[in-house]
Amino acid sequence: MSSVPSSPLAAPAAAAYDPDARLSALAWLRANLFSSVWQSLLTLAVAFVLIRFFWFVLDWGVVNAVFYTTDPDVCRAATGACWAVIAEKHRPMLFGLYPYDEHWRLVLMMAIYLGTVVLSLWPRCWNLRFLVPLWIVSSLSIGVLMFGGVLGLRYVPTSEWGGLPLTMLLFTGTVLIGMPVAVLLALGRRAPLPVARGVSVVFIEALRGVPLITILFVAVNVFPLFLPAGVEVNKLLRITVGIAIFFACYQAEVIRGGLQAIPRGQYEAAASLSLSYWQTTRRIILPQALRISLPAITNHIIAAMKNTSFVIIIGLFDILTATTAVMQDPLWRKFYIEAYLFVAAVYLFFGYALSLYARQVEKWIASGRI
Amino acid sequence: MTQSAKPGPSADPVIRMSHVSKWYGHFQVLHDVSLDVRKGERVVVCGPSGSGKSTLIRCINRLEVHQSGQIFVKGLEMTDNVKNIDTIRRHIGMVFQNFNLFPHLTVLENLTLGPMLTRQMKKSAAEDLAMHFLRKVRIPEQSGKYPLQLSGGQQQRVAIARSLCMEPEIMLFDEPTSALDPEMIKEVLDTMIELAESGMTMIVVTHEMGFARTVADNVVFMADGRKVESGPPEEFFGNPREERTRAFLDQILKH
Ligand SMILES: Nc1ncnc2c1ncn2[C@@H]1O[C@H](COP(=O)(O)OP(=O)(O)O)[C@@H](O)[C@H]1O
Ligand SMILES: [Mg+2]
Repeated sequence: MSSVPSSPLAAPAAAAYDPDARLSALAWLRANLFSSVWQSLLTLAVAFVLIRFFWFVLDWGVVNAVFYTTDPDVCRAATGACWAVIAEKHRPMLFGLYPYDEHWRLVLMMAIYLGTVVLSLWPRCWNLRFLVPLWIVSSLSIGVLMFGGVLGLRYVPTSEWGGLPLTMLLFTGTVLIGMPVAVLLALGRRAPLPVARGVSVVFIEALRGVPLITILFVAVNVFPLFLPAGVEVNKLLRITVGIAIFFACYQAEVIRGGLQAIPRGQYEAAASLSLSYWQTTRRIILPQALRISLPAITNHIIAAMKNTSFVIIIGLFDILTATTAVMQDPLWRKFYIEAYLFVAAVYLFFGYALSLYARQVEKWIASGRI
Repeated sequence: MTQSAKPGPSADPVIRMSHVSKWYGHFQVLHDVSLDVRKGERVVVCGPSGSGKSTLIRCINRLEVHQSGQIFVKGLEMTDNVKNIDTIRRHIGMVFQNFNLFPHLTVLENLTLGPMLTRQMKKSAAEDLAMHFLRKVRIPEQSGKYPLQLSGGQQQRVAIARSLCMEPEIMLFDEPTSALDPEMIKEVLDTMIELAESGMTMIVVTHEMGFARTVADNVVFMADGRKVESGPPEEFFGNPREERTRAFLDQILKH
C-alpha cells in the first residue's frame, strides 16, 4: 500500500491504488503549508526566497564561476565565484607556515592520522592488544614526520606548525586529555569523599564561568611564571591542555547528567556482588552513563573541533587563521569568501562525519552491539 | 512436609541481629530488632508496607547502615570496617524486587561479572558456572540475550542465578515476586523452593503466605519498625498471639 509514491501531482493516477495516500498527501499539504491565508502567503514567500537563493548559488557558484586560473585578473573579470583561489592557495591554507618543501610529510601524517582514527572508531578493532600498539606506532610516526630531525628529515619546531594537521592534533589532544578528565570530574562531583566533591565542584564551576580565551591566556602567559627558572613546557602543549580542561568542565556536567540517570538499584546490585567502587564505576555505571549522555557528548566534541582556532593566541595558525593570513595577499584578497567557504566545507566534512558516526554508535547501542 | 524436603537447620546462628535500631533523620525505622538465623534456616519476613522489612534485611549486607545494636554474620561483626563489609557481602547474595540486572550486559555477562571480578575466576570457568546456574533456574537458552528482552519472571530467575554464581551461603530476597505478573510468580517461587530444598540459608521478605507456610522454618511479622511476633509457620498461621498479626493475616489471606 504505502509503497506507492504519493506525490500530489501524481495523485489522480495513484488514487486508483491508494486513495488514502492521495488523501494524506493533500491533507498534509493543506494542514502544514496552506492551512490559512497567512500560512499560504508565508509558504509562497519562503518558496520564493529559497528559489531565488538556489538560483543565485547556481548562477554565482557554477554558471559564472572561474574554476581554474593562475591569473587573478581572470577572476576579477568574472561575475561569479573564483574557485581558482582554492587551487592557488590551498597549500598555505591547509598547511600554514610549515615549510613548503616539507608539505609531503603533512600529507603522510594526515593519512596516518585518519587511518588510525577510522580504525579506532570501528568496533571490530576495539581490542587493546590491537589499539595500543596502533596508537604507539602512529603517534611515533606522526611525531617523526611533524618534528623531523631524524632519518634525514629537516627539523621543524612547533612554532612553524599550522593548518589542518595542527587542527587535527589540537582536536585529538583535547579529546584524549579532556575526556578522562571529564569523567574524573563527573565522578568526583558525586563521589562519597567530600574532598573529591569539593575539588571537582570548585574546578568545574570556576573554569566554566570564565571565557576560554582567559584560560588560554593563563596557560600561555601566567602559568610559566609559576615554573622554576629554566623549566619550560612547550607552548603548544600548554594550549592543548588549556583547551582540553575547558572542554572537560563542560563534558563533566554532561556525564554527570548521565550518572544521575542510573537507578540506585544498579549500585545496590553491584554492592551485593561485593564489587568495589572502581569495579562498579568502570563496569556498571560508566558504560550506562556514557551511553545515555552520548548525544550531548558528541555535541561538545564537535564544538571542541572548532575551538582549536584559539591557537592563534600563541601565534600559531590552524586552518581557519591560516586562511585569514593567506587571504591578506592583495592579488587574491577579493576572493576571501570562496576561501572561507572552502574552510567551512572542511569543518563541515569533519563535523558531519563525527555526527554521522555518533548516530551510528547510538544505533549500535540500541541493537546491543556495543 | 517430609524431613528430606525440609532439612532441619543446625544450631549455630549464621546471622545474629541483636537490638538493632535505625533512624532516617528523626524517623525511627527499626526499633530494637533482634533476630537469629541458623545455618540452613528459612526465615520469611512479612508485615504491612512501610513496616521496615526491606530496611531490616538491607542492614544485613549493609546496603543500609544501622545506628545501634549489633549485626554478626558468621561471627564477624558488621561495622564500618571495609574489609569486614566485603567479607560479609561475599557470604550473602541478594535478590531485589526490581531485579536490578545490568541492562547493558547480556545474561551471561551479568552472571560472570561477579565471579571474574571478585573471585578472580577465569572467563571460561565463570561461564561454566553461569551456565550451571542458568540450567538450575531453567533458562540456559537465554544466556545471549539482554535482560530487557526477557519476561519479568525470567529476569528475576536470572537475578537469582547471578547471586548464586557468587556461591553465597546466605540469600536475601526482598519481595522477589512483587513486581511480577501473577502468571510469572509461580516460576520464581518454584526456583526459590528448589533453592530452599538444597539447604540454602534464606531470609525472604514476601507476601506469598503459601510460600511461607510450606518453606519457612520461622515467620517474622513486622509492624512500625518492630518485630511484633515470630514463630514456626504452624503456630504463626494457626495461632497468632498478637492482635496486629491476626489483623494482618485476616487481611492478606482474604485474597
Ligand atoms: N532512604 C529513606 N529515607 C527516609 N525514609 C525512608 C528511606 N527508606 C525507607 N524509608 C522509610 O522507612 C520506612 C520503612 O521502609 P521499608 O524498610 O522500605 O519498608 P517495607 O520494606 O516494610 O515496605 C518507610 O516508612 C519508608 O518510608
Ligand atoms: Mg520493601
